[in-house]
Amino acid sequence: MNIERLVAMANDIAAFFDAEPDKAVAAEGVRFHIARFWDPRMRREIIAHVQAGAEGMSATAVTAIKALSPPPNSSNQ
Amino acid sequence: MYAKGYHDLGTPGSTGGAVTLEVDGATVTVPAGTSIMRAAALAGGDIPKLCATDTLKAFGSCRVCLVEIEGRKGFPASCTTEVAAGMKVRTHSEALAKLRRGVLELYVSEHPMGSCPDSSRCDLEHLAREHGIGESRFAGPATARDLHTHEPVDASNPYFRFDNDLCIVCSRCVRACEETQGTFALTIEGRGIESHVAASAAQPFLESECVSCGACVEACPTGALMEKSVITAGLPQQAVTTTCAYCGVGCSLIAEVTDGAVSRMVPNRNGRANQGHACVKGRFAYGYATHTDRVTKPMIRKRITDEWREVSWDEAFSYAASEFRRIQAAHGRDSVGGITSSRCTNEETFLVQKLVRAAFGTNNVDTCARVCHSPTGYGLKHTLGESAGTQEFVSVQHADVIMVIGASPTEAHPVFASQMKRRLRAGAKLIVIDPRGIPLVKSPHIEADFHLRLMPGTNVAVINALAHVVVTEGLAKEQYIADRCEKASYETWKKFVADPVNSPEAMEKISGVPAETIRGAARLYAAGPNSAIYYGLGVTEHSQGTTMVMGIANLAMATGNLGREGVGVSPLRGQNNVQGSCDMGSFPHEFSGYRHVSDDATRSLFESMWKVQLGSEPGLRIPNMFEAALDGSFRGMYIQGEDLAQSDPNTSHVTAALSALECLVIQDIFHNETARFAHVFLPGSSFLEKDGTFTNAERRISRVRKVIEPLAGLADWEVTVRLSNALGYPMNYTHPSQIMDEIAALTPTFTGVSYEKLDRLGSIQWPCNEKTPEGTPTMHIGSFVRGKGKFYVTAYVPTNERTSSRYPLLLTTGRVLTQYNVGAQTRRTANMAWHSEDRLELHPHDAEARGIEHGDWVGVTSRAGDTVLRVEITDKVAPGVVYTTFHFPESGANLITTDNSDWATNCPEYKVTAVQVVKVAQPSAWQQRRQAKIPAEPASS
Repeated sequence: MNIERLVAMANDIAAFFDAEPDKAVAAEGVRFHIARFWDPRMRREIIAHVQAGAEGMSATAVTAIKALSPPPNSSNQ
Repeated sequence: MYAKGYHDLGTPGSTGGAVTLEVDGATVTVPAGTSIMRAAALAGGDIPKLCATDTLKAFGSCRVCLVEIEGRKGFPASCTTEVAAGMKVRTHSEALAKLRRGVLELYVSEHPMGSCPDSSRCDLEHLAREHGIGESRFAGPATARDLHTHEPVDASNPYFRFDNDLCIVCSRCVRACEETQGTFALTIEGRGIESHVAASAAQPFLESECVSCGACVEACPTGALMEKSVITAGLPQQAVTTTCAYCGVGCSLIAEVTDGAVSRMVPNRNGRANQGHACVKGRFAYGYATHTDRVTKPMIRKRITDEWREVSWDEAFSYAASEFRRIQAAHGRDSVGGITSSRCTNEETFLVQKLVRAAFGTNNVDTCARVCHSPTGYGLKHTLGESAGTQEFVSVQHADVIMVIGASPTEAHPVFASQMKRRLRAGAKLIVIDPRGIPLVKSPHIEADFHLRLMPGTNVAVINALAHVVVTEGLAKEQYIADRCEKASYETWKKFVADPVNSPEAMEKISGVPAETIRGAARLYAAGPNSAIYYGLGVTEHSQGTTMVMGIANLAMATGNLGREGVGVSPLRGQNNVQGSCDMGSFPHEFSGYRHVSDDATRSLFESMWKVQLGSEPGLRIPNMFEAALDGSFRGMYIQGEDLAQSDPNTSHVTAALSALECLVIQDIFHNETARFAHVFLPGSSFLEKDGTFTNAERRISRVRKVIEPLAGLADWEVTVRLSNALGYPMNYTHPSQIMDEIAALTPTFTGVSYEKLDRLGSIQWPCNEKTPEGTPTMHIGSFVRGKGKFYVTAYVPTNERTSSRYPLLLTTGRVLTQYNVGAQTRRTANMAWHSEDRLELHPHDAEARGIEHGDWVGVTSRAGDTVLRVEITDKVAPGVVYTTFHFPESGANLITTDNSDWATNCPEYKVTAVQVVKVAQPSAWQQRRQAKIPAEPASS
């Protein structure tokens, strides 16, 4: 997957939740959204990107991805 | 003339208290306000009539419906005389017959017997024969006929013609244009015997303001206005009630069949969505179904540069299945997926997602609703609890204030627009929020009280500013909110919108809408008392599409405008079955009824019924599929009834992804743009060729009924069944009703739905279950589906798509009345007479600055790509804004739209693209390649 596109998507989600006054609530909103709507391969790649330094990602997005559980390993991909 | 077999009651119904009277000795009880004509018809005794029909207000001009009333002098017209308790009416007597014969003879002097091209469809000739009239004593010189004879027949309209010689000036056509359609294109010109029907300023119909809805043709009691298709076809042998396959209004239509072919389409007067009306597409533009471009043979090819090879159905299924299984064996189960279609039936959509989840074994299924109304589903589900509009269409008749946001109903949802305009003419107020001067802003007898002409991309700024006024001026319905909404979410939201950064004055700088206009609109909306919001793709197709839907729901909750008739939040869906395709579990993260795949109880229910283990992780959305195709992790795709290569944004990106696939299976009725990248082509079936159901924008489930046999031999649902069987996952349905039974068994909002009930009730609005066995016209009565309504903080976040010195204009896209979506259907009809190319609308100031004149070819360049269009200079767009439609593939409108998308759903941001426009002399390189039919190149792997 194009990591720049995934970073942009994560930042867009974070930009919505950043309006929440409570930053913890905002980060949890981003984490929950990505867990609910992103295919496992996308989640794996964004987690790897954050672990590699999170270039280009907003603070809320980084906090959210750090709290995101890795998808289960699958033999399907 | 109305559809075969319909009993016209003469005048519209009434809703008053019961009144009992006597008609020809029979006792009849009807609502107060009912005409004698209607009462007699209900009692089984029709009174002769010419100027009356039950869709139009009584007019009382033809004088053939005269009756006698005991105790009253004279012979009153039964159409304009209301019933009264104890009234005794005689509809037939020697005196009445004599009067009627005299009147009819006068008419026959204008319209001689046998002059209609099909006298069996002429009410006048029928009545005259009944009264024993062969020819008129009054015929001859100095009659209107003598005056009008020799006037040429106006055959300019491609679908009907007007023969003034046959007209009896009953005004039914004029009244239909006014009352039913609301266009006011027709009038009676002249006086006395010089009176005649005229379109606009005595123009040919095609050049007039007529929108070709056909209401006048249907209303005409003679052959003066008649469909060209019936002049030679004769009377139909069969009439089949079905549902239109164009927009999300979902009109109920009656297809008349003569000698095995559709000879005429007539709107169903009992249709709840359309109330007996139709538009130029639904009524007339059905000819695409039998167009010579139809593909009727399955085809395969190994590479997309190879020639297509016609094969048997069995070989096509076998090849497609073997390719999908080969890819999955090499690259994993999730390396393939499928797309369902909003053009197909609920049953077909349900089957495709079932095939993907159960036969492919992946959740990589999505629907074309991704690129139009996916933010509606997300936004309304989170705020109100259900991914659907809250009202039925007739609810608009109870609205005091109508707010239209990012939609042009007269162009994209014309039949509902006619209902809306009726209410506006009756006095409802109108607020339009749109960058363009859409026709609704000012039309005959209608003018918007406020037009918030915002810059594209600033919807959220404006909705927050409207909410700011509501909250800071004490206009919120605090008790309603306390009773029905989450307190904490309201307090947080209230504080947010009350912040001066969201004030109209602050947002004026962003949106370009004067603060006082926003304040006035907010006060009007909040005052109601019944305020209703209708919105379209101008809301959803933005990077903040979901935020805007939430903002709309916030505003409606804050002002107490949900949960009863006349209010609500109503998305106007683009295609006929957008709502249905979403309901049927087409999204990669949820099953039918909007239940997440990770929900163990729901998944277990489906696993038990489908006898297969299902995935608990969300699959790929359409744009994610493109990315995965380009990185090699997604290699096979089954697309039913969708043309991604034309309709999705950033065409170059889309076609690169499609050309990277190893197996692309297309199921469609035409060889569309996407088929250029396909390896298997499975011929589809039009709505006339199959049974099923569509669900319209008001959650109304309506039957689609087979009118003709599938041209390719199989209906779409049968194709999916056969493909699934070839994949080794057996499906054994023999009729779509069995699929609906399965949907009902698995989907809580559909448990009460069956074909038997649909046939009995005509249509059903979901939820339909044990609590609401006959459906739910209005949602959220008493409480919201989610329990307490939830306010969301909706900060305005500017789109990344900004103007610059290089791209100084903002492009937004939309539709016209006579074309539909990517034009696959309407481009293959006579609707081309009105709109034969996509044009770029450009404001006169911007045109002058660039030395561009009306009709010039202009290059339109964005950060994504470029194309060439012919220009139309108009002040419908504001300075700095340009607009085009996307109905023609050769326009390449989506070459210039970008990858930007809604944060929550990835719905593309079609409505905001920064562009430059310059005068050019030739088509773009892409257009030249396309015109030269240079085949698509496979991606290097």
